[in-house]
Amino acid sequence: MAYGPKVIDHFNNPRNVGSLDKNDPAVGTGVVGAPECGDVMKLQLKINDANVVEDAKFKTFGCGSAIASSSLATEWVKGKTVDEVLKIKNTDIVNELALPPVKIHCSVLAEDAIRAAIADYKKKQTSNTGADGQS
Amino acid sequence: MKFPIYLDNNSTTPIDLRVVEAMMPYLTEKFGNAASRSHAYGWEGEEGVEQARAQVAALIGANPKEIVFTSGATESINIAIKGAYEMYGEKGNHVITCVTEHKATLDSAKYIEKHGAQVTYLPVDSLGQIDLEALKKAITPQTILISLMHANNEMGTIHPIGEIGKIAKEKGILFHVDAAQTAGKLPIDVNQMSIDILSISGHKLYGPKGIGALYVRRSNPRVRLAPVVHGGGHERGLRSGTLNVPAIVGLGKAAELAKAEMASETQRLLALRERLYRGITQELDEVYLNGHPTERLPNNLNLSFAYVEGEALMMGFKELAVSSGSACTSASLEPSYVLKAMGVGEDLAHTSIRFGLGRFTTEEEVDFAVKKVVGTVKRLREMSPLYEMAKEGIDLKSVQWNPH
Repeated sequence: MAYGPKVIDHFNNPRNVGSLDKNDPAVGTGVVGAPECGDVMKLQLKINDANVVEDAKFKTFGCGSAIASSSLATEWVKGKTVDEVLKIKNTDIVNELALPPVKIHCSVLAEDAIRAAIADYKKKQTSNTGADGQS
Repeated sequence: MKFPIYLDNNSTTPIDLRVVEAMMPYLTEKFGNAASRSHAYGWEGEEGVEQARAQVAALIGANPKEIVFTSGATESINIAIKGAYEMYGEKGNHVITCVTEHKATLDSAKYIEKHGAQVTYLPVDSLGQIDLEALKKAITPQTILISLMHANNEMGTIHPIGEIGKIAKEKGILFHVDAAQTAGKLPIDVNQMSIDILSISGHKLYGPKGIGALYVRRSNPRVRLAPVVHGGGHERGLRSGTLNVPAIVGLGKAAELAKAEMASETQRLLALRERLYRGITQELDEVYLNGHPTERLPNNLNLSFAYVEGEALMMGFKELAVSSGSACTSASLEPSYVLKAMGVGEDLAHTSIRFGLGRFTTEEEVDFAVKKVVGTVKRLREMSPLYEMAKEGIDLKSVQWNPH
């Protein structure tokens, strides 16, 4: 697969690889994909009281463009509010990385991972008000 | 070292310079049409072709008259399967082959199915071998042909061709062997192994591309095949078309060299493969060998690196030219059907890399490959959520995934 320079850069120097504490109520974790399909993305967002993404980490099992898509996603979400983050579209990732058509599903996966992480965060926030022994 | 290091010799091999040297006169002054009987140019061409026919025959213990030149193993396989079915279809319409065969065989089998053939596709075990009892049971009074590869191009497993040949012979069934991966690599004797038809590829044994051969037994039994390409009646009517003299001469020379060097080359390749395998597995856990540990092509090593995807691996060690069974590397987006047939889970099929060593692979290159592979796998595992989960003791099979 012949990739553009941005994919190669993200693949060789991935930003924000790692994990955040998934039990932290301020951390939303999204895991999407399946090993049988050849890609699994884990995206974690740490969101502060002002609803701003303070930190983002990813780990990805998948091809070069899956790794690049998730790396780029972590770069983009940092410093954005939850509402802004949810506006990121897979097509933005496709355009930025110049992904070939057969790799568009990698960008879809990244968008899904962002949504899943936010959903997880929101769920935690609701359940935290009262339950969970946090109060 | 020349980069990228070529470790994809199951796909194709570089042409041996001694082969090029043998071909050169036939690309220049000896340009005659081997079918021209009326002048010296034609005679020269014919001489080159007949010498090559003898060289190819000698490689497999055949008579030169039993060798037909084709454009490659794919064409040879097409003639073997379609040609046998057309010629013997009246006698019986059943053909036996195997699920891990090359597409040339599988697609030819599908083609004759459309024309009334019944085809049995034998399954393989986890090491890639067929069960000989299952083969015997699959045989019916209608069976006219068994078509199997000598060794698998992806995961290297060797079928016990001699034993299968014996079974076929006892039952009076024709036996076609796809020897694209093994001609010139493993000893083949068409009489000892009771092979009736055999397909050879030029570019897999350091010869030119676009040339191949088909062995067709002439006695005990005399095998008759219908042609696929019709025309001027070249190659005893089995393969019409002006002979590709330079390539044929190249294939002949390649066969001669392979025969002369087979024993020493096999030992050298086995040592290099062991060095590669040990080097990798000493440094990495959860690396799985695909295919048979001993009954395999000496130059093939197919490994699954759990938790890291094949295409990403190849991007990581871009200094190595290898191939992968991962879906991401194919146009079909399906992982390897060969690995799947062996029961390798799709998760592991996505992580497979095929290393194909060759005549020009050096120890230095293997050592470099080990270093690159180990480094890349470690780096990618550090960013693999699956590796992290496995290390946490989570059973990945029990996880509820969200597939796309």
